[in-house]
Amino acid sequence: MSPSKQDFILAVEGLTVSFDGFKAVNDLSLYLEPKEIRVIIGPNGAGKTTVLDLICGKTKATDGSIKFQGKELTKMSEHNIVRSGVGRKFQNPSIYEDLTVFENLEVSYPAGRSVIGALAFKRDAEVIKAVEEVAETIFLTEMLHQEAALLSHGQKQWLEIGMLLIQKPDLLMLDEPVAGMSVAERKKTAELLRVITENHTVLVIEHDMQFVGDIADRVTVMHQGKVLSEGSIDHVKQDPKVIEVYLGH
Amino acid sequence: MKANMFIEWLKSREGIYYLLLALLLVVVFPLALDSFRLNMVGKYLTYAFAALGLVLCWGRSGILSLGQGIFFGLGGYCMAMFLKLEASSPENTAIQSTPGIPDFMDWNQLTALPWFWEPFHSFSFTLIAVLAVPALLAFIIAVAMFKRRVGGVYFAIITQAIAAILTILIIGQQGFTGGVNGITDLRTLMGWDIRTDEAKTLLYFVCVGMLFVCLIVGAWVMRSKLGRILLAMRDQEDRVRFSGYDVASFKIFVFCLAAMFAGIGGAMFTLQVGFMSPSFVGIVPSIEMVILCAVGGRNSLLGAIYGALIVNAAKTFFSESFPELWLYGLGVLFIAVVLAFPDGLAGLYRRYVMPLESKLPAMLRRGNAEAQTLPVEEAK
Repeated sequence: MSPSKQDFILAVEGLTVSFDGFKAVNDLSLYLEPKEIRVIIGPNGAGKTTVLDLICGKTKATDGSIKFQGKELTKMSEHNIVRSGVGRKFQNPSIYEDLTVFENLEVSYPAGRSVIGALAFKRDAEVIKAVEEVAETIFLTEMLHQEAALLSHGQKQWLEIGMLLIQKPDLLMLDEPVAGMSVAERKKTAELLRVITENHTVLVIEHDMQFVGDIADRVTVMHQGKVLSEGSIDHVKQDPKVIEVYLGH
Repeated sequence: MKANMFIEWLKSREGIYYLLLALLLVVVFPLALDSFRLNMVGKYLTYAFAALGLVLCWGRSGILSLGQGIFFGLGGYCMAMFLKLEASSPENTAIQSTPGIPDFMDWNQLTALPWFWEPFHSFSFTLIAVLAVPALLAFIIAVAMFKRRVGGVYFAIITQAIAAILTILIIGQQGFTGGVNGITDLRTLMGWDIRTDEAKTLLYFVCVGMLFVCLIVGAWVMRSKLGRILLAMRDQEDRVRFSGYDVASFKIFVFCLAAMFAGIGGAMFTLQVGFMSPSFVGIVPSIEMVILCAVGGRNSLLGAIYGALIVNAAKTFFSESFPELWLYGLGVLFIAVVLAFPDGLAGLYRRYVMPLESKLPAMLRRGNAEAQTLPVEEAK
């Protein structure tokens, strides 16, 4: 039916997780092609965030498989999943408020990840260059030496995206990246995502349909832990099932 | 090059704080205090080792340990075992039914030295054990807890329980440990009498030296990338984990380091005070160590040292004058600090004194200009 498995960067098959009998994600399958922007939408409680939790290892799957670049993720520890190239942004901006923007990015820089490595880590020209490059991408060059606590909500979201970018992940998962952003910030974020997808595959959870239409290659609609519909934005918008459970509201 | 950087650092604000502390401990106290009081200060400073560890572990990494007394005690007991064996030479213990073993063993009808006492005949083994025994136990606790993601209050309660267990174990195994009296009547270190005033003064300086070693190691860790990871972990543990770090290994590291600091403190305690007993291992001393750290400022290494000095000095003063009130006073102090000044003395200093300091350079420059015109002899 679909292209062979080797073509997919991420292949989720039969994924199920049950919390005390409640199946938050139920026999879900999802295939991502390299450099694709996929958006997951769906009503509250559909299990969208849980899917990201399962892929990045925060929640362990009850059943099913998650293959990323041919590697099975369901049995790997969180930090090894990250090291194999999966980056995850949380819904609320999770940044280190007591550190500067520079230090936030530096802590995320993928070197010195062991205890000894972190003790021996040196802030060399390469690190500084990588931090400055990412800071420019996320519009924070001016703020580099400010404490992250002083950033606006939108800037914090960008910083967290930057913290993922500096790790050069192959798959980037973003949980509601534009929630709480102003219109101008949304526009800039869409622009940012477009730059990002030149080199990364992106999986986004989002509610804002305007924004979804701006960025998505394909859209997956989830409902009660299952895939309700999948396809282009126009396709899912016209799907009567989607209109009934989600868009109709 | 390196030397230049060191001099630059000494001139920085941080460097000046370190110099002031060194001046206080190395010059002011020895000159101002008699040998009895100086020995007391040395004793207070041994708690500062544990407080330094807590700054790294609790203030920096958010791991509250209510069991630093465990590691302080283990370090102290290691040193005490060595000193006790030296004090229990066959000549000294000729009147015992089994000469050559510590007196309390003889009273408890032991006829041979237990196997785990044997290596403590060696001083080099003892020095290693002072670091390794606390670190090993800390490692076991940390692996068991942090790999299972036990943290916060649960971790604090478990460390406290272990402190209680260790006390009970030491008291119960009287024949091996000296029981509730502890290991007493320590006399010499490699033939050098540690009970004299001169010895105590020298040990005070050794203690200060070791404290500075720990202080510098602590400062180095805080300034490294590891220090920033610890802070990041305290505030956003999941973000650190999903940035590719094995969070547990960092927690294990910092907990073991804190345990080693406490162990050194315990060994210095035994040397300066001349005995070790379970009353320095259990829950109360462990909580006192947390209070020292909180009062001094749990995010400040230097604050922890001042906290140890001030709280212990207050303890001595108040418990001499109002013995029954002291514990309540300590409790009130802790609550007050946590509620009113969560960053302790260091926080108060940063908020109220530092702004004044920025006015100081202008005054100093004027002062320096005058000083430079003075002849060298007078400037001295």
